[in-house]
Amino acid sequence: MSAEVKERDPLFSPKNRKLLSTPLNRDNPITVQVLGVCSALAVTAKLEPSVVLALSVVFVLGVGNVLISLLRKTIAPRIRIIVQLTVIATLVILVDQFLLAFAYDVSKQLSVFVGLIITNCIIMGRFEAFGMANKPWPSFLDGIGNALGYGWILIVVGFFRELLGSGTVWGYPVFEKIGLYNWGYENNGMMILPPMALIVVGIIIWVQRSRVRDLIEEN
Amino acid sequence: MKGLRRYLDKIKPNFEKGGRFEKLHSTFEAFESFLFVPNSVTLTGSHIRDAVDLKRTMSIVVIALIPTLLFGMWNVGYQHFIANGQEANLWQNFWFGFLQVMPIVIVSYVTGLAIEFGFAQARGHAVNEGFLVTGMLIPLIMPPDVPLWMVALSTAFAVIFGKEVFGGTGMNILNPALTARAFLFFAYPKEMSGDKVWIVDKPDAFSGATPLGDAMIGEVDKIPSAMDMFLGFIPGSIGETSTLAIIIGALILLFTGVASWRIMLSVLVGGLLMGLIFNLVALNEYMQIPAWEHLIMGGFAFGAVYMATDPVTATQTVKGKYIYGFLIGFFAIMVRVFNPAFPEGMMMAILFMNVFAPLIDHYVIEANIRKRRKRWQKAIN
Repeated sequence: MSAEVKERDPLFSPKNRKLLSTPLNRDNPITVQVLGVCSALAVTAKLEPSVVLALSVVFVLGVGNVLISLLRKTIAPRIRIIVQLTVIATLVILVDQFLLAFAYDVSKQLSVFVGLIITNCIIMGRFEAFGMANKPWPSFLDGIGNALGYGWILIVVGFFRELLGSGTVWGYPVFEKIGLYNWGYENNGMMILPPMALIVVGIIIWVQRSRVRDLIEEN
Repeated sequence: MKGLRRYLDKIKPNFEKGGRFEKLHSTFEAFESFLFVPNSVTLTGSHIRDAVDLKRTMSIVVIALIPTLLFGMWNVGYQHFIANGQEANLWQNFWFGFLQVMPIVIVSYVTGLAIEFGFAQARGHAVNEGFLVTGMLIPLIMPPDVPLWMVALSTAFAVIFGKEVFGGTGMNILNPALTARAFLFFAYPKEMSGDKVWIVDKPDAFSGATPLGDAMIGEVDKIPSAMDMFLGFIPGSIGETSTLAIIIGALILLFTGVASWRIMLSVLVGGLLMGLIFNLVALNEYMQIPAWEHLIMGGFAFGAVYMATDPVTATQTVKGKYIYGFLIGFFAIMVRVFNPAFPEGMMMAILFMNVFAPLIDHYVIEANIRKRRKRWQKAIN
């Protein structure tokens, strides 16, 4: 992963495309690296905040990785962590202010978790492992790829938790419209509780490992 | 019988390796060993096969559950007719309850066994008898009015996430039956608590609260007499109301040596002790309930006899069993009295201690090793 990408690679060379695609499945930040799980559990009770947080992380990680990559030769190794933190914090404040201005309700729902993007291990992890050692373009792809890998899990979990827990999709009462409640159906209150997010993520991991067999660890 | 045996022997080759239905091997084997004692013998080494195999152990537990099941059926009818102000004789009560409870039992077994067979098939191992008991326990800890699809859903959840993901019977950390109940409790709290669900077709005017429900909201004087609670003439989950029926089951389990008396005893001691502590503190009316009365209320007795003693999820060491049981009783009463969100603490206490059981065992074994090492060092010097 952290190998230098060659000078005259075309923009979307197979190598670069791989940077974008492996984090979606084989090297997924949540299901394989098991990073950033706490936010995945906390904000996914509804679909909307999941999507918004996913997009925020795409922005922070994509732009941040480029910035770190641009700065990589000027950062003294001893203070690199604090520099990385400053970059993340700046971007997160931008996102936070943007949400407050244009999506106040969602920002209320996400509450502290926008600020907590700063502590999301995926971001620091990518800065350290990739941005610090690679050119801006591959870093950008790597950042976007990892953020999308994180994001799609969030969105899938958010979709199922909202559907089964509240019977809605993006606030639209699906189950009510198809008349499921008249049959005696009830919303599953456990889906809204964080433990169920853990189980849903577990199911995703289960499905993924039974499809990609070599991810299964030997004991 | 002989004809059946001959028929099975005739179709058996089809299910062996290379046969036409090779894939269905474990299904065939499960039916065969359900019908007959398996004739498998140990081929290498000198192993002794105990006559008490999993099938027998499980059958004994199911037999021990029958008193609570029969009484539970009768009580479901009894509570229904009383609440509606109708007279009914023994058989009417029982028949009403039978019709109400039997579907729950069937749904629980069909769902659970279907999943077990599916997993056994997919993984190519034998279906084992673990679910026979779970499938009977699940209906007994459900409210009589529970919708059947919820029973199916919670059973599926318990079997898949309580058991199969850990590797099947014998590998589970949590008691599957309680996992099913906990799932329902958190997923559909309306169907699992309050005063609506404990009596079938309850008219609104009639209070259908369980003794614990009454105690929780401070109406301690409404608690039925101790005799009623002991015999079980109270609303509650299907199988847990009658302490007497549970004691009969406990005697069967203890006499056959299937369940550990250490765990049962220490659960009682733990519960009693916590009750006594509450009696001493006595800050509110609930804390003043005599300690022994806690033992016959709610699911305490049922949990102590059938759930805490589950050999898979309990501790394995002798000392560990005392600690494990004691803490279950202790926490059950504590949760019950302290936490208004959980009128009954037995489920929580058992699941909680299930998680800690391996840790307790670990420390008991470590302590033993240390003790022996010291003895050995002393002998050397």
